Amino acid sequence: MIKIEVRLFATFRNGRGKKVFVEMDQPTVEDVLQSINITNEEVAILLVNGQDGHFDQVLIEGDYLSIFPPVGGG
Amino acid sequence: MYGYHGKILRINLKTQEVKVETLDLDTAKKFIGGRGLGTKFMMDEVDPKVDALSPENKLMVVTGPLTGTATPTGGRYMVVTKSPLTGTIASSNSGGFWGAELKFCGYDMIILEDKSEEPIYLNIVDDKIEFKSAKHLWGKLVGEVTDELQEAHGAKARVMTIGPAGENLSLLAAIMNEKDRAAGRSGVGAVMGSKNLKAIVVKGSNKVGIHDPEALKAVFKDSLKKIRENGVTGEGLPTYGTAVLVNIINENGAYPVNNFQESYDPEADKISGESMKEDYLVRKNPCYRCPIACGRWVEVDGKQMAGPEYETLWAFGSDCGIRDLKEVLLANDWCNELGLDTISAGTTLAAAMELRELDLVKAEEIEGQPLEFGNVNAIVEWTKKMAYREGFGDKLAEGSYRLCDMYGRPDLSMSVKKQELPAYDPRGIQGQGLQYATSNRGGCHVRGYLISPEILGLPEKIDKNALDGKAFWAKAFQDLTASIDSAGLCLFTSFALGADDYAALINAVCGTDHTGDTIFAAGERIWNIEKMFNLESGVAPSEDKLPRRLLEDAIPDGPSKGQVHQLDKLLPEYYELRGWTKGGIPTDERLAELGLK
Ligand code: SF4
Repeated sequence: MIKIEVRLFATFRNGRGKKVFVEMDQPTVEDVLQSINITNEEVAILLVNGQDGHFDQVLIEGDYLSIFPPVGGG
Repeated sequence: MYGYHGKILRINLKTQEVKVETLDLDTAKKFIGGRGLGTKFMMDEVDPKVDALSPENKLMVVTGPLTGTATPTGGRYMVVTKSPLTGTIASSNSGGFWGAELKFCGYDMIILEDKSEEPIYLNIVDDKIEFKSAKHLWGKLVGEVTDELQEAHGAKARVMTIGPAGENLSLLAAIMNEKDRAAGRSGVGAVMGSKNLKAIVVKGSNKVGIHDPEALKAVFKDSLKKIRENGVTGEGLPTYGTAVLVNIINENGAYPVNNFQESYDPEADKISGESMKEDYLVRKNPCYRCPIACGRWVEVDGKQMAGPEYETLWAFGSDCGIRDLKEVLLANDWCNELGLDTISAGTTLAAAMELRELDLVKAEEIEGQPLEFGNVNAIVEWTKKMAYREGFGDKLAEGSYRLCDMYGRPDLSMSVKKQELPAYDPRGIQGQGLQYATSNRGGCHVRGYLISPEILGLPEKIDKNALDGKAFWAKAFQDLTASIDSAGLCLFTSFALGADDYAALINAVCGTDHTGDTIFAAGERIWNIEKMFNLESGVAPSEDKLPRRLLEDAIPDGPSKGQVHQLDKLLPEYYELRGWTKGGIPTDERLAELGLK
């Protein structure tokens, strides 16, 4: 089992807070998101350790996710 | 006449002579309007070598063919002049309602010449142009001036004005309209101040002619649908405004802290769009006919005011080491009242804080709050002193490049062509860095917003760290943006719309036969004429560069740790794609192809 930190932003915070920790065995990004009821389609920006991530990426101890719904523009 | 009125209002501020001239429609269409048309007139009428704050510089206020029409966001105008900050062409865009109202007065553009002997303001009601004394307004804040002028000329009159910063010729001065909308960058407010022109009031009753109203209805419906269905323009910007970028850019490790010494802020969330929505947001604050409504309206200690953009939150926030949202909101409000560009004002403070940190600026030079990273009490106080040129504020008013140069360290100014960089560290976003370096008005994110593909994934996601393809993207975004700016629309529509959509909107209004390709081509023409202005004004091609820190000092921590910007690997391909020489100069051949020779 590893513990993955998920940083949530914008509307993903509704009902979940700013940050959640998910404990799973060899999870992919998709597994982690499913466990907190977020579908791939809802995610517009996905970062693993601050770099562009993929839904099928297998996570290892120490990885953290940052996820955003469609937002942005400056 | 469709889209354009075909009329230029030429005003000599010294002699108070007013002429209404015919706008040559072929020229107008070639350069679309706004930014493009204004630059064409600058090139034809003003010696690029002129001192930007002398009477010989002209101030062009230019609408686009879609300004004042029912197209989504069609209310924008451009201020085009020579910049006193950069020495380059300045074209600063503003939203709100003023641009549309100018169009309703029956003009496509105003050309302001020479300099008034006394402070004046202009009152324009259709074909009635009045020169009024502004002695009673000189020295007053933007909000006060706007209220007084609306009291004098009616609540429906729209007011554009400078604040004390423009009067005092701060090179960071903006021109404001509707109190909180700004033609913000490149010191255009100082040019207005140098002409002793405090304000322009407009109230009009003319409609803009539409070539094919039925076609416009259809294209309008189609673009509106795209804007509403797009995640960014339909959901993200309306809910959080641009402020939502604080966390996005920070999580990407491209969020500059303490004058770009670091690029990740563990406490950034304290000044994020999410926090602002939770604690201060009252409502949205949209511009003319805008379905996106990214503008914010906030309440601080019972006082309501316009809320900041992302770049402002960052400039006065993390770039100054500050995470106190309330102080940043107040600093933003003071910039609006004083008429200051929030990006350059905040980042100039950050540069001063680094000079102080290195003890190059001595404690005894700073009368008042210590200019130190993290001092929340410093930002409002020094913003005011900057606008009034009080004490050390006199040096701050010159912008970060001149300030750092005074202390022998121009490299500490995080600027390009002397204009301060906005809130994206290019070491973590390679394409954006190329865009910064080549931007015709110096450090700027909205000349080609590569954050869109590199971070937000629009229109498609590209690797932020890769070099491949970045020259292509930079050129394409720069060219398309030049056309959007010239048409009179807001750049934020481009998250949802593409070149074909803009072509369809312009065609329906003007009866032109644009395609996506000709929209890009017009943008390229505009980009090249801007470059020619800069070269003739003496801004060398070698100024297409980034501050040394970004090229040599690796980001010390966070997601982009270890990275520098690789400009030398990107520039040659960029110049080649532009059809310029290896040294970055447009060739005669290319200029001829673009109809510029
Ligand atoms: S998107 Fe924002 S800046 Fe653009 S026109 Fe709308 S409210 Fe104004």
